Amino acid sequence: MRNAETHAVGAVRPAPVMQWASRNGQLIALVGALVLLMIYNVIFTRNFVSIQTLNVNLTQVANIVIISVGMTFVIATGGIDISVGSLMAIAGALAPTFFLTPPGGNHTLGLVLAFTLPVLLAGFFGVINGTLVTRFNIQPIIATLVFLIGGRGIAQVITNGTVINISDPQFQFIGLGKPFGIPFQVIIMLVVVVIAAWVLRSTVFGRYVLAVGGNEKAARLAGVPVARVKVLVYTISGLLAGIAGLIVIAINSSADASLAGQGIELDCIAAVAVGGTNMAGGSATISGTLVGALFIQLIRYTLLANGVPDAWSQIIKGIIIVAAVYLQLVRRPSRS
Amino acid sequence: MQPTDPDLLSMEGINKSFPGVRALEDARLSVRRGEVHALIGQNGAGKSTIIKVLTGAYRRDSGSIVLDGQPVDFKSPQTAQLGGIATIYQEVNLIGLRSVAENVFMGREPKRYGLIDWRRVNTDARQMLADLGLDIDPRRPLNSLNVALQQMVAIARALSMNSKLVVMDEPTSSLDEREVETLFGVIRNLRARGVSVIFVSHRLDELYAICDRVTVMRDGRTVDTRLISEVSKLQLVSLMLGRDIGEVVRGGQTGFSASGRQVGEELLSVQNLQRRPVLHDVSVNVHAGEIVGLAGLLGSGRTETARVIFGADQLDSGSVSVNGSPARIRSPEQAISARIGLCPEDRKTEGIIPQLSVRENITLALLPRLARNGVVDVQKQMEIVNRFMARLGVKASGPDQAVRELSGGNQQKVILARWLCMNPTLLILDEPTRGIDVGAKVEIQSLIAELAREGLGVLMLSSELEELTEGCDRVVVLRDGSSVEELAGESLTQDRIMAAMAQGSSPEEAAHA
Repeated sequence: MRNAETHAVGAVRPAPVMQWASRNGQLIALVGALVLLMIYNVIFTRNFVSIQTLNVNLTQVANIVIISVGMTFVIATGGIDISVGSLMAIAGALAPTFFLTPPGGNHTLGLVLAFTLPVLLAGFFGVINGTLVTRFNIQPIIATLVFLIGGRGIAQVITNGTVINISDPQFQFIGLGKPFGIPFQVIIMLVVVVIAAWVLRSTVFGRYVLAVGGNEKAARLAGVPVARVKVLVYTISGLLAGIAGLIVIAINSSADASLAGQGIELDCIAAVAVGGTNMAGGSATISGTLVGALFIQLIRYTLLANGVPDAWSQIIKGIIIVAAVYLQLVRRPSRS
Repeated sequence: MQPTDPDLLSMEGINKSFPGVRALEDARLSVRRGEVHALIGQNGAGKSTIIKVLTGAYRRDSGSIVLDGQPVDFKSPQTAQLGGIATIYQEVNLIGLRSVAENVFMGREPKRYGLIDWRRVNTDARQMLADLGLDIDPRRPLNSLNVALQQMVAIARALSMNSKLVVMDEPTSSLDEREVETLFGVIRNLRARGVSVIFVSHRLDELYAICDRVTVMRDGRTVDTRLISEVSKLQLVSLMLGRDIGEVVRGGQTGFSASGRQVGEELLSVQNLQRRPVLHDVSVNVHAGEIVGLAGLLGSGRTETARVIFGADQLDSGSVSVNGSPARIRSPEQAISARIGLCPEDRKTEGIIPQLSVRENITLALLPRLARNGVVDVQKQMEIVNRFMARLGVKASGPDQAVRELSGGNQQKVILARWLCMNPTLLILDEPTRGIDVGAKVEIQSLIAELAREGLGVLMLSSELEELTEGCDRVVVLRDGSSVEELAGESLTQDRIMAAMAQGSSPEEAAHA
């Protein structure tokens, strides 16, 4: 036996249920904490058990979850994307042009364009992020800093620095519609989560993402197209930020390029970290990210509903992130 | 200890273990005052470990270190530096953006009225460099100098701290010939001042040019310390590899067997491969059903050759043919489509994806072929994984165990399975049995022989002489980036391989040198 990581090979392994439990320890702990927090609220927070409270929390968290899913892919490759908030703002700034002054006066065409082009543009900026990281070998945090700063400028140029008011029920269905009483963006969120979890688990691309994040050199020597995989994760992150950008202007009934998505990258990174995805890459959990975002949201709601100022909830959020990352360090086997 | 003790440094009985590995076992090293002392050995011989123990980067388990008559026990490289030991690494660990002078005096800048006296910093630094025979403007940023000059600055820094002993860890590996000459000039200068130097290098020629004595290490032990003028290159090679010259080695020490192999068509032909600065002129070819060995000391260009053939690095000039027609392989993906596989030397950093399961690691290269519209066919994947886990005897709790939890031998089997499931025609194996326990080693060796019997062409890089003589049909020996000899049949002996590694002299003449 040569190395510290070696276990007794062929030793008796625990039952499959226990294996699953040990591999998903952080997720189980997180779900447990979420349940405890809910029980606390049921007992102490007035009017907690209501459809309205549920919807308020879910609509508030939907955008964070949607973007966090893209962030999970990026972080799984060992990267990070801090441009998402600005890409959101760009998509939100561009969309109103299409349905406010539809091409040829065709409102339906305007709607189609409003739902597609802004998202594709955000995805295209994701391609640029990925290209900076791969072709030009720029550190991900710096590469995406370019659009964190410059992207918001682009958004403000598109809106001419003004706040564009929107009143278009058909477009705003994406943020205000409630088919079967469920907020539409919550449906989008669930669809995104399910598809992403499936992609990560079952597709070649998903396996490549984990391989690149786990050991880039080895992945390259095994014929994995490392650069293409990386460009794709930043593209996905951009596309999802674009969708979130549409949702946020629909909710607000206005496109405000200076405020939309401001600081959301940090909430998303926090959700991914708390959810148990390895911040150094190589392992990722979409369900963890979902639960992580829900947990952070519920903490904020609980504190707010019980009259604790928002400043305190931020401090507590910080403490939770530290605890989550620390848990990762403890659980990871030490490597020499 | 009397003050007249000629030894500046004396390390005795040094032991150091890491979990699962004995890195040093009763190792010794003694260095005289004003001596340039070479430290050599193969990968894993313990050179780096003994240096790290000396400089306090590692704590020893037991043993004594006496420096200048005083027992010492450095707790960190910083305290070692204060105690008079400076280490110059291959990759200079100074601050590139600051000036040469700042780097020389960092942390000990001469002060005046509580402020740094820049004029003195610069004049003192210039003087120090001049003493070393170097004319460098001390105000230039360090990273505007080439690597050789940066090393000189590191040496000047060491001298400014009154170091008695300078440790140089492979200082010449990234230098060209002229730069090496400059470095040697500085080293002679150090010796003239009574400073001792420990010089780690793989280039045997350099040892004769600059060193006084040489210590050879192998498997964590000190094998011998000799005057360089009294030992031949061939003797050094045989000490490093642990084989006496002329020793008759009985067969059957490995799991190889040559019986039943049929040599077929030429699969790979490499002519005059060049990739600066390591590879100069490498030629080798491999036929179907043949195991060709690639031998050479550390730094001779074995691994680099394998990487170029596999497309992981690009060649500067030379030609590669696959199946008789010229091939331009520019990426591992292209090598894979040409049905070539590579098991890299360092499993941990270049082979396994540690967090992923055995299943995912085995099928990593095969994934595109296992997928329909980008979706992995799990049933097909499991079939293949089960088949190859059984065929190679991978010991794991199941295909879903994380590969990092396996032993080294089983990890290597997983990497082999990754390539075998691709159904390759040519497999390049870089040190396929290094760091693997004896049982798994024999298994892997007999597997390689079996694969060759089935018609696979194998290019095997190895530092183990038995593996080369017993396992290979032919062995190509590399020295300093060129293929210098090809051995087969009767002439394929351990002595001949060692002689070619050393300098191409015949064993008889070297034995009497």
